[in-house]
Amino acid sequence: MIERIIIAGSGGQGVMLLGKVLAQTAMLEGKQVTWFPAYGPEVRGGTSHCMVTISDQEIGSPYITRADTLIILNNPSLERFKGMISSKGLLILNSSLAKIDADTKIKILQFPFTDIAIKLGNIKVANMVALGYYAQVKKIIKVKNILKVFKSIAPAGNLKILEVNQQALEEGARLNHG
Amino acid sequence: MVKAKILISGNEAIAQGAIQAGCSFYAGYPITPQNEIIAYMAKQMPKKGVFIQAESELAAINMVYGASAAGVRAMTSSSSPGISLKQEGISYIAGARLPAVIVNIMRGGPGLGNIAPAQSDYFQATRGGGHGDYHLIVLAPGSVQEAYDLTQLSFDLADKYRIPVMILGDGILGQMMEPVRLSVLGSRCSGKHQVPSTQHLKDWALTGCKGRKPNIVKSFFLREGALEEANLKLQRNYEIIRKKEERFECLFTSDAKVILVAYGTMARIAKSAISQLRSAGKKVGLIRPVSLWPFPQKPFNLKNKNVKYLVLEMSYGQMLEDVKLAVCGRQRIEFLGRSGGGVPNEQQIIDKIRIISEKS
Amino acid sequence: MEKTFKRCQSLYDVPTHYCPGCGHGIAHRLVAEVVDELKIREKTIGIAPVGCAVVAYDYWNFDCSEAAHGRALAVATAIKRVHPQNIVFTYQGDGDLAAIGTNETIHAANRGENLSVVFINNAVYGMTGGQLAPTTLLGQKTSTSIEGREKKAHGFPLKISEMLALLPGVCYIERVSLESPVEVLKAKRAIKQAFENQINNLGFSLVEILSPCPTYWGLTPKESLDWIRDVMRKEFPLGRIK
Repeated sequence: MIERIIIAGSGGQGVMLLGKVLAQTAMLEGKQVTWFPAYGPEVRGGTSHCMVTISDQEIGSPYITRADTLIILNNPSLERFKGMISSKGLLILNSSLAKIDADTKIKILQFPFTDIAIKLGNIKVANMVALGYYAQVKKIIKVKNILKVFKSIAPAGNLKILEVNQQALEEGARLNHG
Repeated sequence: MVKAKILISGNEAIAQGAIQAGCSFYAGYPITPQNEIIAYMAKQMPKKGVFIQAESELAAINMVYGASAAGVRAMTSSSSPGISLKQEGISYIAGARLPAVIVNIMRGGPGLGNIAPAQSDYFQATRGGGHGDYHLIVLAPGSVQEAYDLTQLSFDLADKYRIPVMILGDGILGQMMEPVRLSVLGSRCSGKHQVPSTQHLKDWALTGCKGRKPNIVKSFFLREGALEEANLKLQRNYEIIRKKEERFECLFTSDAKVILVAYGTMARIAKSAISQLRSAGKKVGLIRPVSLWPFPQKPFNLKNKNVKYLVLEMSYGQMLEDVKLAVCGRQRIEFLGRSGGGVPNEQQIIDKIRIISEKS
Repeated sequence: MEKTFKRCQSLYDVPTHYCPGCGHGIAHRLVAEVVDELKIREKTIGIAPVGCAVVAYDYWNFDCSEAAHGRALAVATAIKRVHPQNIVFTYQGDGDLAAIGTNETIHAANRGENLSVVFINNAVYGMTGGQLAPTTLLGQKTSTSIEGREKKAHGFPLKISEMLALLPGVCYIERVSLESPVEVLKAKRAIKQAFENQINNLGFSLVEILSPCPTYWGLTPKESLDWIRDVMRKEFPLGRIK
């Protein structure tokens, strides 16, 4: 098994954190994993992305040229990365902030992650809605293990942050059933 | 569940490896893509240790010179343009026979270049880099775990041989995160991780001359013949290091028709290409030099005249020269390299191997 | 008979390599006397510069390190931080401290490093053959200012001590001269002050010493001392700067 994921959005949407939580969960499950960020000068605003590779064997290149999964949170990122998806790949799209023509040949699953996050009361957790959805669709990592990772990295004494992220994750995981 | 692994970046692993090895002095100047090292050292340096954000790379390397002269384990880190600035101090450290660890997380050059990963400082690292007849031991980690392990080892080697040791990585290795087991000196790369005793008596260090004759730390030898003597001592030291400190990894070399030669991040990409090629039945192998100086000679001593080498670099052919010297005309050598932010990818490697295989 | 003058323990019994009339020999001795008097020889670490005084450790009987040209204060910073109980000083010329090493000088001073600096200002580059120094006087002829230092081409004599005095990290700066026995005694008192400040953890101290270089001034030793008194002191006034 090897799963190559590119996660992209605008700076501030939490794509780096999404990737790190994904990587940490894979590590927790005993898998091999690499996380590689774009490290350009953007800090806020510009497009931001990271690449996560998960495998049950030694991982070669941490740099992804053909992604098995693209998680895209905004339109500029879609334009930049849609050409990097493999022919059997999956595009998970944040339809709140990105649109794509219906006639593309790749498999696309889209939900309004940002709108869902706003309904949960915190626009910043759109990334975790997307992560929950990814986990449920691809079944590479388990949602319950993501929750464990949350607990290990959440700032101590800030239960509210932990709670809303948990809600976002579970909301995202439910989307598949609905 | 895997026990006691943490997910950290190559830069953080180097910093943590240094602290684990007893590094108690760090001086550096910020430059991308290695800023996580200086930040980590600022935060994690033990209370008894010293962290200084220096006013320049020149000051930083000369502070390392001073700290090492004072007898403690000292490190600095930078990226390509900053390493060019440090060359003065590195030459003095080599000349004064001081141990030190210098980290270069390479970026694109020449000049200010860019901040993309590159391997274009290979010549500078392995040929000394500054003025004079000297070498550094140069170690090139291929994973975050190895970055952690080799950094620890580099302090031991520096003390054992009284020589500056360089950890040579690139932006990808520095920035990427992988699970790391924080053990004391692992042995993840093949070749030998001989662990010299960690506490070498530094009776040459400057501590005040109470109860002994004064110590002098210097690289200036004006008396006729004195500098030649000092140089011969250095050369004898290098000869021992050449014999004892070759490090490398070999993958599928016994049956390979084409052997890729690559280090660091480039070797990771080569491994991806190899796993695709092997599953298609192609006999491709890999030699991954871990010590770039001394450059491993043993793995190139192959009897099969029909083997072809393909050297892969994120540069336009620097390690290539060392491979030519090691192969010494016995087999054919091909090259694929990109630089300035370009990185050869799996497909380009596979295409190149097809072209090579068709040539007879 | 009472012995009134003897070799310092901090000086080796070796012949000098300095030119006749050079100030380095006197300055070396003053440092050695101060180290003896403060009974700190066994914990002193000196940093020799690049310049005529590069082999100062051939004269001083205590631990020493060389530093690359201009980097003495970076080296000293590290040694002092590693061994705060030791007494660490740099001995630097005008090219070392105020040209190639200006950055290291300013930042060590600004950090308030607890160090003592002996700064030899002889207004010329000695070791390399008498070139223009940052402290060369206007009109002074050197091998690279053949018609004399000219402000348009070479700028002005750099008053690094006055500049450093502005920095809050600096505790003590004094300019002294080797032009006469009286001034030599004052110079020694200033050096002692700089070392005592370090012993008392007061921060960065610097003593600028106007020192003769008869060879590259084209003067006799006696004329050189007069030139310090009559000419050099006008540009670089003596006394406590901070």
